[in-house]
Amino acid sequence: MNFDLGPYGVYIWPAYGVSAVALIGITLWSVIGWTKARAALAKLEQK
Amino acid sequence: MNWLFRYANPHNFMRLSNVLLPITAVATALCLGVGLYLGFTVPPDYQQGSTVLLLFIHVPADVAAEAAYGAIAICSLLSLVWRHPLSDIAGRAAAPFGAVFTALGLITGALWGKPMWGTYWVWDARLTSFLLLLFLFFGYMALWNAIEDEVRAARAAAILALVGVVNIPIIKFSVDWWSTLHQGESIVSGKIAPVYLAPLLIMMLGYILLFVSLWMLRIRTVILERRARTLMQRSAA
Repeated sequence: MNFDLGPYGVYIWPAYGVSAVALIGITLWSVIGWTKARAALAKLEQK
Repeated sequence: MNWLFRYANPHNFMRLSNVLLPITAVATALCLGVGLYLGFTVPPDYQQGSTVLLLFIHVPADVAAEAAYGAIAICSLLSLVWRHPLSDIAGRAAAPFGAVFTALGLITGALWGKPMWGTYWVWDARLTSFLLLLFLFFGYMALWNAIEDEVRAARAAAILALVGVVNIPIIKFSVDWWSTLHQGESIVSGKIAPVYLAPLLIMMLGYILLFVSLWMLRIRTVILERRARTLMQRSAA
């Protein structure tokens, strides 16, 4: 694998960084939302 | 259409997605892992140098954004014609992911444009129509949030989504119809160098699978939230 991107690294790494943060962010948001909804429903069903 | 309506039932959707979601999640991780590995092993392009690496995140984000909009448009059509409540949930659930993929397409495109074109942004047909796609996602989400009555909100958002469909072929063919800095289509025409094709297709598949996985999970979440709301209303009555 080649991580030496020369002078273009200043454009490529931020693009990969922003993409990683955004994709991990929407994944976490979705998983947390699902976990909370499931817990809330379980609590209501116990009542 | 019968098969569609069978799974448009929330109960059946929960059962089906419970089986599908782990499969699409694992397939997403595999595609993105393999795609990234292959992407960082390709030789620099003879013209664009190592910026060719941006191909593997820019094009997949664009494709996923358009897929998300296509999904919203189909759900909107199903909602307006057959008025099935799950299609409203599904359309609304796809919008935040579509907006994120569109924003990523614009950001990674700008970071590719600067070293290749000498500018982050030009108001040409491809870039402007893609920016319009972002505003369509924002408008769709804003309509859902602005109208309190969910039935009216769903109808207004669905009409906006269907009107906005005209932007999809404009995005696709803008590079053919108008003079633009953006390069033309290179996958179907076979202009792309074969060495870049495999990582690009794998990353595209990875982004699409990620969208499908997150979309299913979001629909499941909204179904649970509605069940909880119904239980709360029953206990309050």
